[in-house]
Amino acid sequence: MEKRVTFSKWTIGILFAVPQLILIFTFFYWPAGQAVYWSLTLQQPWGGGNIWVGLDNFRSILSNASYWDSITASMIFAGISTGLAMTIALVLAALTDRQLAGSWLYRVVLIWPYGIAAPALALAFRFILAPEAGFMAVVNQVWPGFWDPGLDGTDAMASIIIAFSWKYVGYNFIFFLAAFQAIPRSLIEAAAMDGSGVIRRFWDIQFPLITPTIFFLLVINITESFQDSFGIVDIMTAGGPANATNLMVYKIYSDGFKGLDYSGAAAQSIILMLLIIALTIVQFRFIERRVHYR
Amino acid sequence: MASITIRGVKKNYAKTQVVHGVDLDFASGEFVVILGPSGCGKSTLLRMIAGLEEISDGTIAIDGTVVNKLEPRERGCAMVFQNYALYPHMSVAQNIGYSLKVAGVPSAERAQRVQAVARVLELEHLLDRKPMALSGGQRQRVAMGRAMIREPKVFLFDEPLSNLDAKLRVQMRSEIRKLHRRLSATSVFVTHDQVEAMTLADRLVVMNGGRVEQVGTPAEVYSRPASRFVATFVGAPAMNMLEGTVTLDGLSLLGGSRKLNVSRTGLPVGAKVAVGVRPEAVRMVAPGTPGALAATVDLVEELGAGRVVYVDLDGAPFSIVTSETVHPEPGSTVGLQFAEADLHFFSSETGARLDVFKASVPEPVL
Repeated sequence: MEKRVTFSKWTIGILFAVPQLILIFTFFYWPAGQAVYWSLTLQQPWGGGNIWVGLDNFRSILSNASYWDSITASMIFAGISTGLAMTIALVLAALTDRQLAGSWLYRVVLIWPYGIAAPALALAFRFILAPEAGFMAVVNQVWPGFWDPGLDGTDAMASIIIAFSWKYVGYNFIFFLAAFQAIPRSLIEAAAMDGSGVIRRFWDIQFPLITPTIFFLLVINITESFQDSFGIVDIMTAGGPANATNLMVYKIYSDGFKGLDYSGAAAQSIILMLLIIALTIVQFRFIERRVHYR
Repeated sequence: MASITIRGVKKNYAKTQVVHGVDLDFASGEFVVILGPSGCGKSTLLRMIAGLEEISDGTIAIDGTVVNKLEPRERGCAMVFQNYALYPHMSVAQNIGYSLKVAGVPSAERAQRVQAVARVLELEHLLDRKPMALSGGQRQRVAMGRAMIREPKVFLFDEPLSNLDAKLRVQMRSEIRKLHRRLSATSVFVTHDQVEAMTLADRLVVMNGGRVEQVGTPAEVYSRPASRFVATFVGAPAMNMLEGTVTLDGLSLLGGSRKLNVSRTGLPVGAKVAVGVRPEAVRMVAPGTPGALAATVDLVEELGAGRVVYVDLDGAPFSIVTSETVHPEPGSTVGLQFAEADLHFFSSETGARLDVFKASVPEPVL
């Protein structure tokens, strides 16, 4: 039988939980509640009262074409960067899984990008992807005008996608490698005896067996691409050119702190929160349904 | 049906050599069991036949074709793994039919052949289940089915019964035996369990430390072990082994404390030997019987049908298996008697079997 610690009085249990509850309340529920309140009012930029406006802020945002552009940009960014980061990590992990000598080194080296703060890596990529110097300057030398994220929205989007993906490849790699190594060697050998080649084994055996990891990373990557992209956008493109990279999280900042539209920004952050909650629900559904193979 | 020819096969992992030049011939349709303690290289040898390990040196030929450079799938072998290695995300039917699917067999024919195999193995009612919903014995049978469906030339078994409980192991043992009689494909079965080895094998290969110690029928290996290692490894309880020296009138055992009168052995006087006698070949007699060795009883193990008596012979452990209803008290003294023909002689230096009691045998150089 499992031994459980029980408290004779529920108050003792509550006391143990209080420090954690205070933290969560102070840094999550209170600000979130405040944002909900602001989103339903019209805040004055320099203080001095507010007016209750109900859902007007939401109506105005959702009827604004530039907000929908921002949602579209965020979706494109989330889709491509998640796809890129996961595919590259999956391929690297599959290859590493076959040759394990020194795999500890790959693990250490590949987790580093994840440890770098987004603005720092954005600055690095700003230099790497600068059209007038660095690597892309060489490409521009060959095909003049091929690359200019300062003028071309697509190039700008590509820049932030590359920077974000680079950061998450390492993170995904660690999870994928762990998932691959959790597959018993004998399963792969049995498939080899059954006549299955390397590629076929990957699709028939390894891939289905790491689906729980794939789903987990999919949701983490998408969620993070909505939130963790702020620093990268701010340093690399500042939402430009022509709002091409004005992702939802960046638009909240620029509308709120640059445009001083606190109420509109609060409403936007509520929408982003709802979107992430929806994605989290999807994640939980997948975790609930996750197959336990053994 | 295929013969397997193994010539000078070696296996190195980086700097350590685990298989030191093995030569073996398995006849077509034979059931060969490779027996040895863990780490003796038996599984490595099997995996080299399967194509799962590279062959460092030497050749392995299946049906006369050298397969060293062939992929596992091109060798015509099927393998049953120790942990069954069933694909956890596939149903039983998909597990069994996977090799056919890879080979591009149409699904109708595939289903039919899966059915046929399932019928033989009594798995028909389980075809839609996932491996996790099966018992150990059922998983074992699915693993067998996956190997059978390919109608392989060679069956390879890598300790397939060691994860089963004792009762199921006995049952699966006879099923494997029956299956082999039915399919009569060449089978190579690796195990560290000597009972499994003795009961299954047409021919037994005993390995130790990466070398083949003896090849023969189970009866041959039991009655004429080729080395001291084989003598003590095969048979339970293990063969009693007493160190001794050849004297003019017989043997001086255990550093001279015991004398044993035997016929002329043909061994040079002064030769150091190990004398073995199986516990089953020892008879307990009243202490003081002429020619018997006196020993002190340590422990008696009741086996139901018989008992194992452990005695102490001047500090050397010695065991006797008897079916007589005697119950010697621990601490009492008993006499031990055995026939000359039941004695096995091994060189103390090399461990090799020494042929004795034969006039025609020249005196070996020791």
